[in-house]
Amino acid sequence: MPSTINEYFQLMPFLIIGIGIILSVVIEISSKSSKEILPWFSIILFFATALYSITNISEHAVLFGGMVEVGGKPAIFNFIFNLGAMLVVMSSIGYLKKYGTYFGEYYILIQSSVLGMMVMAGSKDILMIFLGLELMSICFYVLAGINRNKLGANEAAMKYFLLGSFTTGFIVYGIALIYGTTGTTSIQNLIDNFGEYSSNIIFVTGLILFLIGFSFKIAAVPFHMWVPDVYQGSATTVTGLMSTTGKTAAFSVLIIMLTSIFTLNSANIFKPYFSAIAVLSMFFGSIVAISQNNLKRMLAYSSISHAGYMAVGLAAANSYSISGIIFYLAAYAFMNIGAFSVISIIEGENDSRTDINVYAGLNSKNPVLAAFMALFMFALAGIPPMAGFFGKYYVFVGAIESNLTWLAILGVISSMISVYFYLRVIVFMYFKDAEENFEIEVAPYSLSSVVISGVLVLMFGLFPDMLLRLITAVVSL
Amino acid sequence: MSESLLINLSIIILFLPLAGFIKVVLFGKKFPKLYLLEVAIISIAFALSVFVMYSKLAYYNTKDIIGAFTWISTGNAPFSDVLNIELGIKIDNVTVIMLFVVNLISMLVHIYSIEYMRGDKRYTRYFSYLGIFTFSMLGIVLTHNLLMMYIFWELVGLSSYLLIGFWFEKKSAADAAKKAFIVNRIGDIGMFIGILILFTSYKTFTFDTIFAQIAAGNLPFGSSAWLTAAGILVFMGAVGKSAQFPLHVWLPDAMEGPTPVSALIHAATMVAAGVYLVTRIFVMLTADAMLVIAVVGAFTSLIAATIALTQNDIKKVLAYSTVSQLGYMIMSLGVGAYVFAFFHLVTHAFFKACLFLGSGSVIHSMHHEQDIRNMGGLKKKMPVTYWTFLISTIAISGVPLTSGFLSKDGILAGTLAFGKLTGHWLIPIIGFTVAALTAFYMFRLVILTFHGEPRDHHKFDHAHESPLVMIAPLAVLATLSIFIFYTPNPLSPDAGWFMSSWVKTPEQVTPVDTRFDFLKPSAENIHGGHHGEIVHSVLYTETMHWAHYPAMILSLVVAGLGILTAFMFYQWKKINVDKLIENKFTNALYRGSLNKWKIDEAYDATAINGTLQTGSGLSWFDQKIVDGAVNGSARLTRIVSKISGWFDTYAVDGFVNFTAFFSGFIGLSFRKLQTGKVQTYIVLVVFSVIILLLFFKPF
Repeated sequence: MPSTINEYFQLMPFLIIGIGIILSVVIEISSKSSKEILPWFSIILFFATALYSITNISEHAVLFGGMVEVGGKPAIFNFIFNLGAMLVVMSSIGYLKKYGTYFGEYYILIQSSVLGMMVMAGSKDILMIFLGLELMSICFYVLAGINRNKLGANEAAMKYFLLGSFTTGFIVYGIALIYGTTGTTSIQNLIDNFGEYSSNIIFVTGLILFLIGFSFKIAAVPFHMWVPDVYQGSATTVTGLMSTTGKTAAFSVLIIMLTSIFTLNSANIFKPYFSAIAVLSMFFGSIVAISQNNLKRMLAYSSISHAGYMAVGLAAANSYSISGIIFYLAAYAFMNIGAFSVISIIEGENDSRTDINVYAGLNSKNPVLAAFMALFMFALAGIPPMAGFFGKYYVFVGAIESNLTWLAILGVISSMISVYFYLRVIVFMYFKDAEENFEIEVAPYSLSSVVISGVLVLMFGLFPDMLLRLITAVVSL
Repeated sequence: MSESLLINLSIIILFLPLAGFIKVVLFGKKFPKLYLLEVAIISIAFALSVFVMYSKLAYYNTKDIIGAFTWISTGNAPFSDVLNIELGIKIDNVTVIMLFVVNLISMLVHIYSIEYMRGDKRYTRYFSYLGIFTFSMLGIVLTHNLLMMYIFWELVGLSSYLLIGFWFEKKSAADAAKKAFIVNRIGDIGMFIGILILFTSYKTFTFDTIFAQIAAGNLPFGSSAWLTAAGILVFMGAVGKSAQFPLHVWLPDAMEGPTPVSALIHAATMVAAGVYLVTRIFVMLTADAMLVIAVVGAFTSLIAATIALTQNDIKKVLAYSTVSQLGYMIMSLGVGAYVFAFFHLVTHAFFKACLFLGSGSVIHSMHHEQDIRNMGGLKKKMPVTYWTFLISTIAISGVPLTSGFLSKDGILAGTLAFGKLTGHWLIPIIGFTVAALTAFYMFRLVILTFHGEPRDHHKFDHAHESPLVMIAPLAVLATLSIFIFYTPNPLSPDAGWFMSSWVKTPEQVTPVDTRFDFLKPSAENIHGGHHGEIVHSVLYTETMHWAHYPAMILSLVVAGLGILTAFMFYQWKKINVDKLIENKFTNALYRGSLNKWKIDEAYDATAINGTLQTGSGLSWFDQKIVDGAVNGSARLTRIVSKISGWFDTYAVDGFVNFTAFFSGFIGLSFRKLQTGKVQTYIVLVVFSVIILLLFFKPF
């Protein structure tokens, strides 16, 4: 099937970001004031792509001989990636100034990683997935160590790189096995002939290795070891990006790979696998987070347990739970970015002031920040009417629909445990007196990132139908 | 003037007080003057609500305006039941009148509080609480569904809790707040179950949809008994919030809160929310449910009125009077006199708020003296407070030319008609008795407080008239207790705009065989009735007309009797009250009334003590029976244990020690794995992969 010019036009979101990256490089090289231009350029770029994606959900098409999918689910994922990245860039402006690491390539790397995510979410071919994954991961490795004067950041970046490449090995090996047994990398082909292939041990092993690789990327137990170290060591804004959009991208691949297979096989052969990692992640994340005193590390464990809740949806694997996961990912992205933005504002130089006791008495120092942090904590704990509640609700309802009631009950128990450490932050902010005195410098862009995230979290919680309607309309495409 | 404008304005009115609350909470400490903003905001809300009321009544008099959106929908998902939960607001004539009443009284109380609460250390917080209360109350008024009703219902409960316990350093205030909260929960549980019965049957919370389904013959679980149950259960919420027997005990204690709060929340608005709730669900009440409601209301009004006779705390008298009047409204709804119940809600809101604010003015000037035995003669010192208090007292006593006469007379006519039609004569008898008692105790209060000679000269000498910001609200409220605002004919409300065009009894939707006979639509009514929307049978309307004059004459007589007795007892001292108390029979009654018929003690003995007893009973069971069994078996065990002893020492201990050693080893190695070395992570990943492949091999 020859590619037409028309197909290039349908690739608009990719083109916006791709051309944007090239222009950014040019700006960085040629302009002296690139430090002022690039953040705004990125914000406009991301905003335009997000807007384009959300308004073109209905323009669903598979392009270039079944390689790339646009519209539909990818459009919703693109919306999350771009809006999330926009908020991260906004909170980065003040943060990088504080750390003196005001490099132009920071923004170019974020743009490239977002392009990688978009390729992942839009793939219809395993090789495209791999391409996008590597584009995203390599950018993340560098971003994790962007504070290159800091020992902790270097360690985080190195760890992330080593473990990341190790996992990539699994994925590549899995792809090799899949290709070796089937002779194709087209996902559509795999789905069409799944019944035939699935009797082949080597094919299934390949698929499982592929899943294991992505379990690592979504930070599920037992492949979670890198998460606390990397989240704590990296620059806070980068952690915000990795933990939300990065996770969303990995989930988008799992959803693309699996939903179609699930609908073919009512007896979902991956149900035990996802149930196991769901239970392990939910409880491991919630229980270990209780004893964390560093807020970034606590949110890292919280991110592990959230991966568990979403994995419940993968185990349930009906279209209800899948739309639940997508809703959850959107909600999680904005509440987590909001929380990390607040942390990045409070944080002092040299990684100081990320411990929970710094937050004691925050309400009297800066009531607006405290109120938003409380909002994000409530949302993460899944308390209505914040967005987090509906994410969990839809996923658990999906689990009950698939006769996985026990998994839903375990999920609810685990969320109850997790309420402890989220509310602990609120207790510190509102009911304890400040231990140390320090000035909080609130950069206006960082604050607007916090406010936008807060508004989105409340909006998705008060009017969940707005987003859910878009998702349910495309989830079976 | 479009409908959407009215909807938008109502939403603005709803959220204005909340915006004030948030601002004060966030910045109250930094800018102590913010309370003025709060007062300004509520004044804007009031102005808007006047506009909304005028437009609604003038342009959309017979139309309900509804603005709703789907909150949660599972329409597209492959889900067993299609579920649409709507949120929204409904604006009908009742709503806009309530909007006006709530905002007006809230505004007056805000203004009044500026002076009354001055110098309090939590001054701005007080105003923020008033803001969140007003927001919640407006939510109840505007909602078009039971879900929002329940949410805002709990929110007014919360704000009431916060305001009753506003001076929480006082143990009595903290206790009263807790009591109010807990007692209300009991009613709310019933309401919640009732709402869930309706929701399970109809998959919606929206009033109109539920009523349409019932009208179409769809009953909850297919039986009218469930409909009755749902009605009574939802009514339980009103029993709690409107302080009906047996849950009335919290309201008198709630007087521990600041007096303006008592006026706003515990007299005029929140406690009337229960009545408002019953008006909302009125159309789905079956005859049985209505009878229950009528009896509860009548009994409450009687018992509270008898208690009010002997109380000596000025606020307690008013509190019991409030309970009694709320009982009146509930009773009125139960007997089908819907319009008069709502009418009385409105008139009562004004004169009772005036009475409370007046009592606040007295308390303020007497340096927090609340005992009427230490007052007297304040008429000279506080003329404005006296005259406004007197006008409101006349109104609540049901003397012609006042608003109270109009609404009370209507309620009494309703009960009389109900008695004639159903044979339940006890209800009108109670109604007239309460009318007499009310006139008596209210005039007792006025005489003891304002007339005669001062009994505490020290406090009297320091007493003074309150400043303008406090007496201006009194004057406004007293003025609103005059008949002219409701009808041009001081003897008949029927001629007034309130009755004739604003509020009409809605059509029952319950199955015909579950209605009272007199509420069934008769053939003549359908064809030759007055208007399409009046569905009370001609019989009921005629009986009401028949009852009008007897009720009016009787109520005049009993009110006059009550007032006369009060003057005989306390003003002219023709009858010696102290001697009357010494009489054996009257003494028993007196002490019963003074001790509030020992209802609180009964709760202490049963519910509270019962809980404690159950607790200690369980602990006794634990100690004696369980431990006894344990001890008995100990002997047996000892013999067994000797035998197993050696087994333990050698086999089990060895195993246990090994387990401890092993888990310690695991724990240690687990910690070692967490040290952050990439190599160990990788090794762990490899092992996990192997285990996963072995366990979940799909081969």
